[in-house]
Amino acid sequence: MLRWIRQQLGFDPPHQSDTRTVYVANRFPEHGHYIPQRFADNRIISSKYTIWNFVPKNLFEQFRRIANFYFLIIFLVQLMIDTPTSPVTSGLPLLFVITVTAIKQGYEDWLRHKADNEVNGAPVFVVRSGSLVQTRSKNIRVGDIVRVAKDETFPADLVLLSSDRADGTCHITTASLDGETNLKTHFSVPETSVCQSVSQLEALQAVVECQQPEADLYRFVGRVTVTQHGEEIVRPLGPENLLLRGARLKNTKEIFGVAVYTGMESKMALNYKCKSQKRSAVEKSMNTFLIIYLVILLSEAVLSTILKYAWQSEEEWNEPFYNQKTEQERNSSPILQFISDFLAFLVLYNFIIPISLYVTVEMQKFLGSFFIGWDLDLYHEESNQKAQVNTSDLNEELGQVEYLFTDKTGTLTENEMQFRECSINGIKYREMNGKLVPEGMTGDSPGGSSPQLMSEELLFLKAVSLCHTVQISYNQSESWLGGDPFSHTNSFSFSHMEYYAASPDEKALVEATRRIGVAFTGCSGDTMEINTFGKTEKYKLLHVLEFDPNRRRMSVILETPSGGKMLFTKGAESAVLPFTTTGEIEKTRLHVDEFALKGLRTLVVACRHFSPKEYIDVDKRLMSARTALQRREEKLQQAFAHIENNLHLLGATGVEDKLQDKVPETIEVLRRAGIKIWVLTGDKHETAVSVSLSCGHFHRTMNILELLQQRSDNECAEQLRRLARRIKEDHVIQHGLVVDGASLSLALREHEKLFMEVCKNCSAVLCCRMAPLQKAKVVRLLKTSPEKPITLAVGDGANDVSMIQEAHVGIGIMGKEGRQAVRNSDYAIARFKFLAKLLLVHGHFYYIRIATLVQYFFYKNVCFITPQFLYQFFCLFSQQTLYDSVYLTLYNICFTSLPILVYSLFEQLVHPDILQAKPSLYRDISKNSLLSFRTFLYWTVLGFTHAFVFFFGSYLLMGEDTSLMSNGQMFGNWTFGTLVFTVMVITVTLKLALETQFWTWMNHFVTWGSIAFYFIFSLFYGGIIWPFLHTQDMYFVFVQLLSCGSAWFAIVIIVITCLFPEVMKKVLYRHLCPTSTQKSQSLSAPQAQALSCVESLCCYQHGQSGCSRLARLLEQMTGQCKASVNNCHTSSRSNRSWSDTENFYSNDRTILTLSPIEASRC
Amino acid sequence: MVKEEQEESSNRPDNTAFTQQRLPAWQPILSASIVIPMFLLIGAAFIGVGVALFITSRDIQLQELDYTGDDSEHPCFKCRTNTEKCTCSMTFSIPTLFKGPVFFYYGLTNYFQNQRKYGASKDDNQLYGDLDYFTNPSTDCDPYTRDSKNMPIVPCGALANSMFNDSFSLSHTVNGVQKIVPLDGKGIAWWTDYNIKYRNPTLNSVFFSGTKKPTNWPKPIYELDTTDVYNNGFINQDFLVWMRRAALPDFRKLYRRITHDDYADGLPAGNYTLTIAYNYPVHSFNGKKKVVLSNVSWMGGKNDFLGIAYIVVGSMCVVMSVVMLIVYARFKFAEDV
Repeated sequence: MLRWIRQQLGFDPPHQSDTRTVYVANRFPEHGHYIPQRFADNRIISSKYTIWNFVPKNLFEQFRRIANFYFLIIFLVQLMIDTPTSPVTSGLPLLFVITVTAIKQGYEDWLRHKADNEVNGAPVFVVRSGSLVQTRSKNIRVGDIVRVAKDETFPADLVLLSSDRADGTCHITTASLDGETNLKTHFSVPETSVCQSVSQLEALQAVVECQQPEADLYRFVGRVTVTQHGEEIVRPLGPENLLLRGARLKNTKEIFGVAVYTGMESKMALNYKCKSQKRSAVEKSMNTFLIIYLVILLSEAVLSTILKYAWQSEEEWNEPFYNQKTEQERNSSPILQFISDFLAFLVLYNFIIPISLYVTVEMQKFLGSFFIGWDLDLYHEESNQKAQVNTSDLNEELGQVEYLFTDKTGTLTENEMQFRECSINGIKYREMNGKLVPEGMTGDSPGGSSPQLMSEELLFLKAVSLCHTVQISYNQSESWLGGDPFSHTNSFSFSHMEYYAASPDEKALVEATRRIGVAFTGCSGDTMEINTFGKTEKYKLLHVLEFDPNRRRMSVILETPSGGKMLFTKGAESAVLPFTTTGEIEKTRLHVDEFALKGLRTLVVACRHFSPKEYIDVDKRLMSARTALQRREEKLQQAFAHIENNLHLLGATGVEDKLQDKVPETIEVLRRAGIKIWVLTGDKHETAVSVSLSCGHFHRTMNILELLQQRSDNECAEQLRRLARRIKEDHVIQHGLVVDGASLSLALREHEKLFMEVCKNCSAVLCCRMAPLQKAKVVRLLKTSPEKPITLAVGDGANDVSMIQEAHVGIGIMGKEGRQAVRNSDYAIARFKFLAKLLLVHGHFYYIRIATLVQYFFYKNVCFITPQFLYQFFCLFSQQTLYDSVYLTLYNICFTSLPILVYSLFEQLVHPDILQAKPSLYRDISKNSLLSFRTFLYWTVLGFTHAFVFFFGSYLLMGEDTSLMSNGQMFGNWTFGTLVFTVMVITVTLKLALETQFWTWMNHFVTWGSIAFYFIFSLFYGGIIWPFLHTQDMYFVFVQLLSCGSAWFAIVIIVITCLFPEVMKKVLYRHLCPTSTQKSQSLSAPQAQALSCVESLCCYQHGQSGCSRLARLLEQMTGQCKASVNNCHTSSRSNRSWSDTENFYSNDRTILTLSPIEASRC
Repeated sequence: MVKEEQEESSNRPDNTAFTQQRLPAWQPILSASIVIPMFLLIGAAFIGVGVALFITSRDIQLQELDYTGDDSEHPCFKCRTNTEKCTCSMTFSIPTLFKGPVFFYYGLTNYFQNQRKYGASKDDNQLYGDLDYFTNPSTDCDPYTRDSKNMPIVPCGALANSMFNDSFSLSHTVNGVQKIVPLDGKGIAWWTDYNIKYRNPTLNSVFFSGTKKPTNWPKPIYELDTTDVYNNGFINQDFLVWMRRAALPDFRKLYRRITHDDYADGLPAGNYTLTIAYNYPVHSFNGKKKVVLSNVSWMGGKNDFLGIAYIVVGSMCVVMSVVMLIVYARFKFAEDV
């Protein structure tokens, strides 16, 4: 990593030239001036530290943190000047904080090391000195010949030398690199492809020259020079010759390749991006608060210094006879004195900046994030995947989401295409048990083992099974050893074949025809073979008219077994129908629209017969276009347009991309939580809208606005204005907006504001035909809009990565399209529906926990240090500490640290079931509300108030310094300080106890344990003359304090005085203006479950179980009614209040049904 | 952080109360129905305790005598600026029996014993009787570490150097005859200070040879109380009392207890004369000196604060609970409608 960075920054240029010369198998020329180039080894390093640099590097990184640096400065100041507290008081907590962080980071790095070692230590086979040697991946050097077997990943970037196939090709998938799951064919140079054995390779003399490593996956320029019989043959190399590290070999038994880019120079490693540090909103406000506290600290120190000099201006206070200065002090310069006094005050008050805040926050996030992975509700049984946390820094951000950007395919849908229906010759069919059944017929005829298909149907099926670019992978590799694939076709069943296709639709279609009886069984050279109900037919593939996004169709030209020439075309309805001349065009069009409405993805299939004469013409056109040297593209388009004409319509297909489980419910719930949902998809407009409708993103009642196919700026602006007007006129109903990629880029270029205006007023936005970067752009647009909303992006594919990285929180769905999205995400879940719990429950919890944690930390440190400040007014601003050094040191790391940590791990303000049942609770914490300036002010003022009560309570207790002990003896200053400290520890701990809503045994343990620990520790600390301590000021002070009855009474009264207004405030707020969170606290868990039941029942007709549970609930309630009026009262109250808040947001029927029933029963 | 692809089948999270965040928990809700009775109870209890504390405090007797002598009428006025030894006496009368045991305090005001440098200016090792520190006291004591001839001072430091050196005697006028009230100098310092924290080397001037007395002191440390070897040197109780710094600038320190003879049960009503050997200068910083006679209860000296605080907080609790009750009632009715 470091090396990579240095290279990127240009520090150590590893390459002298623009190209690298790789001698295959490292056989360097024996003569000639050869300067060996140095290449990186094949080690992948994702770890940050090594054993040796861990300490210095980690320390350096930690002290780059502003808070740590601040404490380091304080520590150094303490070492330099004559300070009121010993350097240990800030040194020890700093050491503690640094150590804990270092341990955590060390552990994480150790995990990375382990992963690296696993990768670097993976066994690979390398050709060395004439034989195949097994070695570790990290030992591969540039120039080594590597053997890779089927289904293995490539350990480095290799130039393909040979495969076990005669033509030297191989198939790979690059799913883990770019998310494309189709098979790609890579080629080797003919001169090397003959070297299929180790001995042949040994004899090979070749040199590869290629460019220096670069990150672009699709660019590779080089050449290979093969020396054969003293003759040098030069061949160009391109990306199709390069096998990328991380890609997987498919369908090929083994290959040999020469390593050209290794380790951190491989294209995969160069594409590995350092994850940008995302910072949560909480952390940002935390930093703001820190700055405010820094200002408070500085002003307190300045004030104290000024007052000190004001006092000292009077002679009798400057140097009373009993406390004279040393000569040195008298003679030192006043400015130096002033500065040193200021620094001393700074040191005295420095604890107001909570040193352990960062480390506690970090620990809380690290430990707390385990709960996400542990959650059974986020575990997906079928795929055996649990939720995965990649960044624990953003836990609380999950509770703050305002905009949700979701990909469609694979995120909302399963990305599992299923052939559903088709229309052949104007008749609709659906697939049932592997048979095509015309519409209207029910089920299949029981007897018919080989159904009679009409010729149109057969032609249609053949067309579908021939017109594609699907590849086949055979699972039984040993049964197919290259050569002629067809010889074995009949000997094994089709189930061993696996289709790979660039488009999942094609795959679904070919699979469907196989089920029905027309199976595509292979393709070799220019022959395609299909198996029609047991009969094998061979078609000669003459031309492929490739798919391109402008034409939106593809065609093949085949020679049928009977010798005729035929064209099959398949494409989008709008791209094919206009060119059809015969067939049931109108009926088919109707059917296609019907399919689209059902949310099916549609394709239209057509064919054309060529007469021999026509074909010659076609062939000529194509050849000339393909070989044209100028304007080849254009000519090809013309040729295609000419050929794909006069088509005979065969029919249309409807493929369903199944919605994931519970997607509509999840979207509904998230919407009621106040989250605006945008669907960003690469799909076409019609499909996107229909999926959007079926997943509940768009409602049927919504007024759908369109911003589509805008060509010019003005047109776009005009349309936007029109839409804005429509929204204004019609503000009663909800609006949904559909935008396509092209119009979006127009809208974003000039009319961002107008566009935002429209978007904000729409309750649902759908962007279709989006390029990956456009997705990120949309996210950034909202992110940077004036309200700065928190955005979340969900996606599953490589095309979502940019969006995931751009959003505040990126969530990867562990789908079928590789793990690229998962790897780049902050959190990864198996299914879209888990989002509801992740946001509503986990997000809510984490946010409340961390918000309270932060506020409480500031509060407790204000409480801690303000009495010390106040004490200066009574000791001539002489920087006398109120508390002993040990107490100053341990307050934050021992006495008050654990309760808040445990609180921040386990607190549950509301039962998780209620949180899920009442999504509107999510709104209570939106906009960082618990860390608003008002709450911050409340906690700070509270801290100051409590500090005043502690100090002046104790001060008044001392009165005119009357004895407080029954033996008439007197307290000293340390007893006074210890009294204040004791009161403080108890109050601060109990204040947290008041905040705690969820008392597990651990909360009890740490809360009471902390107080007990304080007492036990103090008794111990004060009970011994500590030989290594400089002074014995605290000796027996604590025992003396506790032996005094008045002190006990004082402790009780001061603690109660501090806390009882708190209790008052809580109760009054709860009863006078309860938040909906508070209201729902009074619901019990079973009630909550019932609530969610009622909801699902009413909204989604989810069957029986909900009904019975509802019935039980009602029974319960009526039972309660009879048993006690009061009881019923509360339950009805809670339910009614719930409905009050709720029907605001949801236009559904839930409340309407619940309330009347209840009213009638109670 | 989390490993990507673990072995199949082992990915299922454990279904335990802990991992599922379903630990059994007590979930208290602070609602009015709990808080109102609680407040009432606390309020009542506090008022009760407060009244008891107040009565206890009221029963404590206190006699305060300012002897600074700022006023020219005052008998000690003459001593105020006098640098020589000076004695003055004040008379006062006690109307009713001053119940014993009576504690005799001296008090200083405007005196900042709690200054940082002043408080740190001592050597605990020296005071623990460690002879190494006799010859080489800690520099914390500066500028009271060594005298002008560079001889080490024992006990060093500003705190010891400024020890209070007024002394008092009290006499009771019985039938026109002055009867000395015996003052007990034992038990005025903390037991642990006297027995553990401060130690003497074997009290012999030999150990102190090569050291000097503090500059302000009339006599060296080993001559503080020559009559009682257990009250001499570092464990002289007057010294110990002084060395325990006061928290605030107006403070009192215990001087003597009156526990002997006829006065064990207290000071009978009558006229008393307080004779003061006036040495300690306070006028430079506008300080005041006073003598306080007080008896104590189990809760110490006269202290109205606790009683008042308990009564105030208690009544506030009660008042607040009434307020809450009203709110609660109104809220309840509103709910019922």
